[in-house]
Amino acid sequence: MNAPLLVAEHLTFTAADGDLGRRDLFRDFDLAVGRQDLVEVRGPNGSGKSTLLRCLAGLVKPAAGRVERHAGIEYLGHRSGLSGRLTPLENARWVARLRGHRPAASVLDAAMARVGLGGARDDPCATLSAGQQRRAALARLLVCAADVWLLDEPLTALDDVGAALVRELIAQHRAAGGAAVCATHRELRPPATTALGSLPAIQVVSLGG
Amino acid sequence: MSLYFAQIRREALLASRSRSDAATPLAFFALAVVLLGLGTGADAPPPAALGMIWVLALFANVLAVDGAFVHDHDDGTLEQLLIHARPRFAAVLGKLTAHWALSGLPVAVCSPLAAYLLTGATTGAGTLAASLLLGTPALTLIGAIGAALTTGIGRGGLLLAILVMPLYVPVLIFGASASVAAATGGDASFALRWLAVLLAAAITAAPFAIGKALDIGQDY
Repeated sequence: MNAPLLVAEHLTFTAADGDLGRRDLFRDFDLAVGRQDLVEVRGPNGSGKSTLLRCLAGLVKPAAGRVERHAGIEYLGHRSGLSGRLTPLENARWVARLRGHRPAASVLDAAMARVGLGGARDDPCATLSAGQQRRAALARLLVCAADVWLLDEPLTALDDVGAALVRELIAQHRAAGGAAVCATHRELRPPATTALGSLPAIQVVSLGG
Repeated sequence: MSLYFAQIRREALLASRSRSDAATPLAFFALAVVLLGLGTGADAPPPAALGMIWVLALFANVLAVDGAFVHDHDDGTLEQLLIHARPRFAAVLGKLTAHWALSGLPVAVCSPLAAYLLTGATTGAGTLAASLLLGTPALTLIGAIGAALTTGIGRGGLLLAILVMPLYVPVLIFGASASVAAATGGDASFALRWLAVLLAAAITAAPFAIGKALDIGQDY
């Protein structure tokens, strides 16, 4: 196996459970993500999928265990990470600057075109539909070129074309040597028509239940 | 350094898209000064008037800083900042520099006018402006620690005021005493130097505390 990009060891996360006390969302959870891997995190609502991704991203600290990140990560959560008053283009440029990148105009243009935002790229995000906002958030993944994508329900609010686009983006990302960990209720297998050579089998991780 | 300016550029863009939000602190200050003038009648004694202007500037600051992180928290850009900004210090300081430029700076610049409105004289007005120029950025940085803590847990307002008010007190004391000293013909330089010290300490320490506080907020 190739050198892992992201390793989680013995992760335990304890959540407050109403007035009843505390319960473990996951306990002693191990995960190793290598190049070209796609990990689908599945489980019912409230089983800790989002929390697991937030742990992997470093946003929340687990009660026990550790996460090692050996590569750049990109996190796409429930909240889009888009400023409603800025345009998709300005949002993407800002996140790139945060990471110390200065993307060329051509890179930004290509990303906007790829996610199908050609016409709406200069409108404030607050005026876009939920699906368009999701696309604008996806554009960030293409601009920043991080190795590991952590995607929380990436298909939410997207139409069938958009969902196919996400599957294709993930497949291309893996073919280029990247990896993705996705919390999802829907299949993320790329469409059969995508010819990108052979990719490792999708790992499915189940939480809860 | 480029991170610092990237943040300032972003905040400036955001402010240009919602000018009424950006003008709120100054509008609050102007309104409060006018009401104070109506309440005390013209020609208030300068020491009292300058002290009150300082208190109003502090309130304008609390009001503004309360929402410093709310939008970013709600739309998820705060998550992006916490994940990606390295060093986080520069990003936080850039954001708050822009925040101060829209809240503390206009108040400080307009304060001589407020002093003239209340006292009918310009005695001590220059020192008042100088003390506010040194004091309001410190207030913004200190207040932002509280705002960072309260944003994550979805509370603000009064809780924030109670949390940070004790930390505001030294700034208020030195700021008001510099202004009062100038208005009564005393020496303001001692208090101004202390304000500068407080500002330097706030610039050095507050961004770290704010970064930590924002981390804590992510756990909720």
